[in-house]
Amino acid sequence: MSGLVASRVGIDLLGRTVIDDVSVTVPAGGWLTLVGPNGAGKSTLLRIFAGGVAHRGRVDFDGVRLAGLGSRERARTVAVVPQEPARPSGMTVLDYVLLGRTPYVPYLGIESAADVAIVGELLEVLDLRPLASRSVTSLSSGEFQRVVLGRALAQQAPLLLLDEPTTALDLGHAQHVLELVDELRVARELTVVSALHDLTFAGQFADRIAMLVDGAVAAEGVASDVLTEELIATHYGARVRVVADTDRGVVVVPVRDRARQEASP
Amino acid sequence: MTTPLSAPKSPAESPAESPLRPVRLPRRWLLLASALLVGVVVVGMAVGPAGVPLSGIVVEIVNYLPGVDLDGGLSDLESAVLWELRAPRIVLGLLVGGMLALAGAGYQGVFRNPLADPYLLGVAAGAGLGATLAIVTTADRLLLPIAAFVGACVGVAATYGLGRSAGGRSSDSLILAGVAVAAFLTAIQTYVNQRHSDSLREVYGWILGRLLTAGWGDVVMVLPYIAVAAAVILAHRRLLDVMSVGHAEAGGLGVPAARVRLVVVLAATLGTAAAVAVSGLIGFVGIVVPHLVRMLAGTSYRIVLPLAAIVGAAFLVGADLIARTIVAPGELPVGVVTAFVGAPFFTLVLRTSRGPA
Repeated sequence: MSGLVASRVGIDLLGRTVIDDVSVTVPAGGWLTLVGPNGAGKSTLLRIFAGGVAHRGRVDFDGVRLAGLGSRERARTVAVVPQEPARPSGMTVLDYVLLGRTPYVPYLGIESAADVAIVGELLEVLDLRPLASRSVTSLSSGEFQRVVLGRALAQQAPLLLLDEPTTALDLGHAQHVLELVDELRVARELTVVSALHDLTFAGQFADRIAMLVDGAVAAEGVASDVLTEELIATHYGARVRVVADTDRGVVVVPVRDRARQEASP
Repeated sequence: MTTPLSAPKSPAESPAESPLRPVRLPRRWLLLASALLVGVVVVGMAVGPAGVPLSGIVVEIVNYLPGVDLDGGLSDLESAVLWELRAPRIVLGLLVGGMLALAGAGYQGVFRNPLADPYLLGVAAGAGLGATLAIVTTADRLLLPIAAFVGACVGVAATYGLGRSAGGRSSDSLILAGVAVAAFLTAIQTYVNQRHSDSLREVYGWILGRLLTAGWGDVVMVLPYIAVAAAVILAHRRLLDVMSVGHAEAGGLGVPAARVRLVVVLAATLGTAAAVAVSGLIGFVGIVVPHLVRMLAGTSYRIVLPLAAIVGAAFLVGADLIARTIVAPGELPVGVVTAFVGAPFFTLVLRTSRGPA
C-alpha cells in the first residue's frame, strides 16, 4: 500500500529494549502523531522511520523498504525536522535551507540555479524571504523553526518527520508552525509523522494518534479514542479533563488533585 | 496561507526583490590574499645574505613567462642563489604552509571542533615519530613521507579512539585525548633519540621545524602527496558545510557522514605527514590561519578552504623570512616563529570560541 507501513519494528539501545514490536501504518497524505510519557521511545521510533539506524522489523514507504535505500535516495524520500537542530554559526538562512538540496547536488559539486530557485520559492511560501541573508544564529526560535521546516521541505521528500517541533516555541508560534505543516501537507501531499509533547496540539492536528508507552503502542486511533482521561491517567500518571472539540478533535486540560490542593497551605 | 505570527522584527531587512545569492568566495578577499602571497614571495626572493638586486630578480621571474627573454644583468652565481637556494625554499614553504592550513581547516570541519589541528590531534607527533624511526633505521630519505604518514595515521586514530571512549563526542575530550597521544608519542620519540645519539643532531634540527635544507628534491618528494591531499579536501568544501549541522543531521540530508569524515581525515593526515616529513614540526599554522580567515572573510568552507590554503602559504613563507633574517647571519627554526605568533593567537581562539564551530 502507499504511505508508511512499519511492521514489527524494534530496537535495543545500550542493552535495553527501547522500541518493542511496534506496527503502525500511515496512509499517504495522512498525519500520525506519536504521544507518550518521557522516555517512551517517540524520538527513537522517528529515528527508525528516518531509516538511518539498524533495527528489527521493516519500514516501507510507498512499497519501498527504507533501510535498503542509499543515503541520497533516502534523503529524497524522508525529511526530518530534528528536535534540537544545530545552528551553524555564520550560515545564512538561504544557505541553511539550501542544505536541504544536498540529496540532489552532485556528490562533490555545488548547488545549481535550479536548486536556488526551488529554495527561493520555499522561502516565499514560508514567509522567510526577508530573512534570507540573515545568519541562522540571529533568529528567534519561531523564525528558526520555520527555517528548519524549509530545509526539510527543500528535500522534496514525500514523508515528513517532525520530532517535537513545538518544544522551544510559545503558544502562538507553536500553533502557527503546526498550521503551516497542515497546509503544506495538503498542498504538497505529504505524509507526516510527528512526536508531540502537548496533548491538546496532538488532539487538534493529527488524523490519528498512537500512544507509545515503554516502547510499545498502548493505544492507537483517532484523537477521541486515544486521548481519554483513563488512558492518560494510566500511562502519564496525570489527572486531566478531556473536552471534546466537535470539529477538530479533543482538548486535554490538566486539573489539580482536589485533595492535595486542600492539603497545601 | 495564514498571516505569519512572527513578522520579521528588523526593518533593515534586505528588500524582497534582492537576488538570492548562495555563499561563495568573495572576490575581494581572493584578490587580497593572492596579493599578499605574491608580495611575500617577491620579498622572500629578494632578501637573503647574498645581495641580489631586486630589478634583476623581477626580470628573472618575468623571463619565465612564455615569449619573454630579457637580460636582468645577474651573474651566474646570483642566478644560482635565486633559483637553487631561495626559490625551492620558498616553494616548499608555500606547499607546507598551504597544506598545514588546509589540513587544519579540514580537521576542524569533520570534527566540528574549532581547536582541531594537526598538532593538537596527535597527527604531527605521530608523523614525527614515524619520521624519526625512518631516520634512525634507514638512510633512504624517500621512505620519510611514508613512515610519517603511517605514524600520523596511528596518531589520529589513537586520538579519535581515546577521545570517543573517554567522553563521547564532545570537543574537549577529543582535544584532551590529542594532548595525551601527542605527549605519549613524543616520549617514545625522545626515547628513540636517546638510543640513537649518533643521529640526534639531524633529528633535533628536523623536530624544530625548518625549511633550511630545502632543495628542489624535497619539493619534488612532497608535491604529489600535497597535491592529492589538497585536491581532496578542497573538493569537500560543500560537504563540510553540510557537516556543520552535525553527523546525524547531515546523514538525514543524504551525506554519508562517516565516509566523508574518513576521506577528509585521511587526506588531511596524508598532507600533514608529507609536510612534516620535509619540514619537521611547524605548529599553529593549521589553527591560526583558518581562524583568521573565518573571522575576516566568512565561516563557509567554500571561503575558508581556498583562502586558508593561500594565506597559509603566505604565512609560512613570511614566517620563514623572519626566521632567516631576525638573527642573521644565523637562523631560527621557522617552527619557533610560528609558535611565537600562534600561541597567543591560540589563546584568543580559546577565549572567543564556545562550542563547536
